[in-house]
Amino acid sequence: MTTSRRKFIKISALGLGGLATTSSAFKMFGVNSYLDAVVKENVAKKFIRSATYCEVCFWKCAAWAYTDEEGDIKKIIGNEDDTHCNGRLCPRGTGGVGMYSDEDRLKTPLIRTTINGEETYREASWEEALDLIASKFKDVKEKYGPESFALLKHGSPGSHLEHLFKAYGSDTIAEPAYAQCRGPRETGFGLTFGSWIGSPEPTDIRDTKCLVLIGSHIGENMHNSQIQEMSDAIDNGATIITVDPRFSTAASKSKHWLAIKPATDIALLLSWMHVLIEEGLYNKNYVEKYTLGFEQLKAHVKQFTPEWAYGITTIKPEEIRKTARVMAAAAPSVIVHPGRHVTWYGDDSQRERAIAILNGLLGSWGNRGGFYFKESLKLPKYPHPEYPEPKWGWKEIGEKYPFAEMGITSELIKATLPNEDNKYPIKAWMVAGTNLINTLPQRDKTIEAINAVEFLVVIDTMPMEITGYADVVLPECTYLERYDDIRSATNRTPSIAVRVPAVKPKYNTKPAWWISKQIGDRLGLGDYFNYNDYEEVIEWQLNELGTSLDEMKKIGVKNFERKSGPLFLEEGQDHVFGTPSGKIEFYSHQLADKGFDAMPVYTPHPEPQQGFYRLNYGRSPMHTFSRTINNPNLSDLKSENTLWVNPKVARVLGLKKNQEVWLKNQDNIVSTFSIKVRVTERVRWDSVYMYHGFGHNNNKLSRAFGKGISDTELISQTVIDPLMGGTGLRGNFVSILTEDPHKNSEI
Amino acid sequence: MRYAMVIDTLKCVGCSDCVVACQTENNVPHGYCRDWITEAVSGSYPNVELELRSERCNHCDNAPCVRCCPTGASHIVEGGIVLVTANECIGCGACIESCPYDARYQHPDGYVDKCTFCHHRLEKGQLPACVSVCPTKCMYFGDLDNPNSEVSQLLKNRNYKTLAPEAGTNPHVFYLI
Repeated sequence: MTTSRRKFIKISALGLGGLATTSSAFKMFGVNSYLDAVVKENVAKKFIRSATYCEVCFWKCAAWAYTDEEGDIKKIIGNEDDTHCNGRLCPRGTGGVGMYSDEDRLKTPLIRTTINGEETYREASWEEALDLIASKFKDVKEKYGPESFALLKHGSPGSHLEHLFKAYGSDTIAEPAYAQCRGPRETGFGLTFGSWIGSPEPTDIRDTKCLVLIGSHIGENMHNSQIQEMSDAIDNGATIITVDPRFSTAASKSKHWLAIKPATDIALLLSWMHVLIEEGLYNKNYVEKYTLGFEQLKAHVKQFTPEWAYGITTIKPEEIRKTARVMAAAAPSVIVHPGRHVTWYGDDSQRERAIAILNGLLGSWGNRGGFYFKESLKLPKYPHPEYPEPKWGWKEIGEKYPFAEMGITSELIKATLPNEDNKYPIKAWMVAGTNLINTLPQRDKTIEAINAVEFLVVIDTMPMEITGYADVVLPECTYLERYDDIRSATNRTPSIAVRVPAVKPKYNTKPAWWISKQIGDRLGLGDYFNYNDYEEVIEWQLNELGTSLDEMKKIGVKNFERKSGPLFLEEGQDHVFGTPSGKIEFYSHQLADKGFDAMPVYTPHPEPQQGFYRLNYGRSPMHTFSRTINNPNLSDLKSENTLWVNPKVARVLGLKKNQEVWLKNQDNIVSTFSIKVRVTERVRWDSVYMYHGFGHNNNKLSRAFGKGISDTELISQTVIDPLMGGTGLRGNFVSILTEDPHKNSEI
Repeated sequence: MRYAMVIDTLKCVGCSDCVVACQTENNVPHGYCRDWITEAVSGSYPNVELELRSERCNHCDNAPCVRCCPTGASHIVEGGIVLVTANECIGCGACIESCPYDARYQHPDGYVDKCTFCHHRLEKGQLPACVSVCPTKCMYFGDLDNPNSEVSQLLKNRNYKTLAPEAGTNPHVFYLI
């Protein structure tokens, strides 16, 4: 089967073209008033298309927003020249139109007030809201110093507000995307290869012969080009090995599914290394040329036989040997994928180290079908004065964690809680584009911190749980209604994409760049915001890059030639890695010097007690965290989550399909809402599984309120990664309640 | 000319992009859909199999919905596409009952609606919206009468099945397995 897709389109276009010459639409289908209506609506309609890139998740696929003659956004289609999507958005990107059309959006600034003894919000003008916020910025600076005002953020609005905070003198900035998500892999790979994984991951999946997924559920996480390439790899006959206690979608595409006992991945990884080394299957030339500490590693993993791992992981020794040999046979065209959401058990940086070392043994880093050398374009900085030097910031707050390279959200929360010994007291928060309540573990601590701050301003497009705690709520317009920073992508080739408003902002909403500038101007920081419209900034940057806004509006995406050299290592080529030794560090002196294990070790983790099940969670392909659950298009696809229960467990507990149950965790935290049972063989008997992001308790979300359970509210135990401060989230256990625990209480 | 859709179940991840793309392309009202995902699980842990399928009207040669339609609103046009003429449809629902694939629904405006293979896009030389958007590229569309078309070649070279073959409808959505 060699017919290519490109060829097919040509054939089909020809065939249809041939048809069209002999008959018009009406002749072809006969006189038909329904068709007439459809033709009027869809064929004859003139759409205007505007360049954008998606903001429904962090993949930032470049796209075209199609606006009809009435000025309504009708559909969003991927940009064919974009390497993030290749013209094909994921369901969330296609459904991004719902972000714009959602009638539950925040519509105007709100200020907390007390009426008849009850706290409520009143509508306010932008002037009033911004004046109030600016006065709080001044107060905090005078009373405590600017460092005490923290920014917690996610996504595109974050960068505009980060600029404001840095200009104001605060570097007290963090995002859950680090310590609650991908931080450990950056540490693990950074220590080994001297390079972050970053986003999108530099994995050459399309050309790989073997893709190994450790709990990574590509296909349920819709990281667009990764899915597209996994599909290409399937077409090319690549072998997929999936390690997951759950039969994920990726597992169903895999030749080998290793149904591992949860929390034992490091044991498997060590024993794979054992097999590769003991059987002499590792990439000897590569290891000799590029790595450091092989002999130490060899001695270290000698004891970790597949038989040893079997007792821990429940994966049979012959399966471990067989899969190690499959990887070795494919090497160096093999990817042991770093994953993305990797804050699981608290030893996550070390697990990522093990994954990185395994890739080193196989020689996949810098080889086709493994990891490529990524490249991005450095955007010219729009001129502004130097930022003032803060006395302390995210780094000092996270100083306990020597390998943290970004702000640790959970440490910022701690620094907000009243404590006399706290050297870094945080007194006010701005929260932008992240629903901390459904993002951070230990909800009681988050709420305690919220109660402790003197001022909280929330910027979002939707009324989320966090907005309900704000003193001031600022309604941001959606990505379809605003200019934003140029997207500079890290990929095989560098590219840029622009976001241009498809329509004017609906309601009384504003872009984050405008909000930043307005606050900045009020604080006397006008020099940092030397423009009237962000369009000017982009225009200037694009001109510096040798293009223009006009051109970018027409093409949306521009791809550039590589300048950093080839994508892959040449045979025998010298290469200096970004580690202290310039080598791939199997043995890490950096870790040893700080008193950590220089090579990964397996440590057992707590297991569920009788009557409890490990709470596992993951992504639904139709949603991004909690932010899309109310989206009218995406809520249509999946409006609530279900509790995946193994049939054996269902039999023991007498649970039926679709039965409503509640969950109680090890700390007696009971879910606010109920969830329907899904009895399925796709999940192990020692754990239950649910999609993340559901169970909203803000009743302003008309579609999402009360639908399913929030996994986050049941995550009250975390194990902290001692290297970088990540919060291990998968050590929580739940029991299943069949009777409504709230029936005698009023909510 | 005989249009057909071929869907590779080995690649489909069941993300529902085809569903939402259809909704935005064809103005399908919220709460309804012309295509949907079916998830079939078999076996028992840890010997489990999963098949994900994007399903829709099968544009049958022997279409029960067309035969049972009392007004002739349901009809077959060139290329084998089964269509419903909205203003001839009295919304009696006989076609909904007769369809072995449950592919039709009652539009809130009173007529019966379903997948059209996006014939308005075919006219412009474009693929159906669902096919054009699929991130896994698991969906193929073309002319079965042309032996060189991608769909013909796929059916020639790969194992496939159709849904409810026992209904004798001669469906034109094929699943590679």
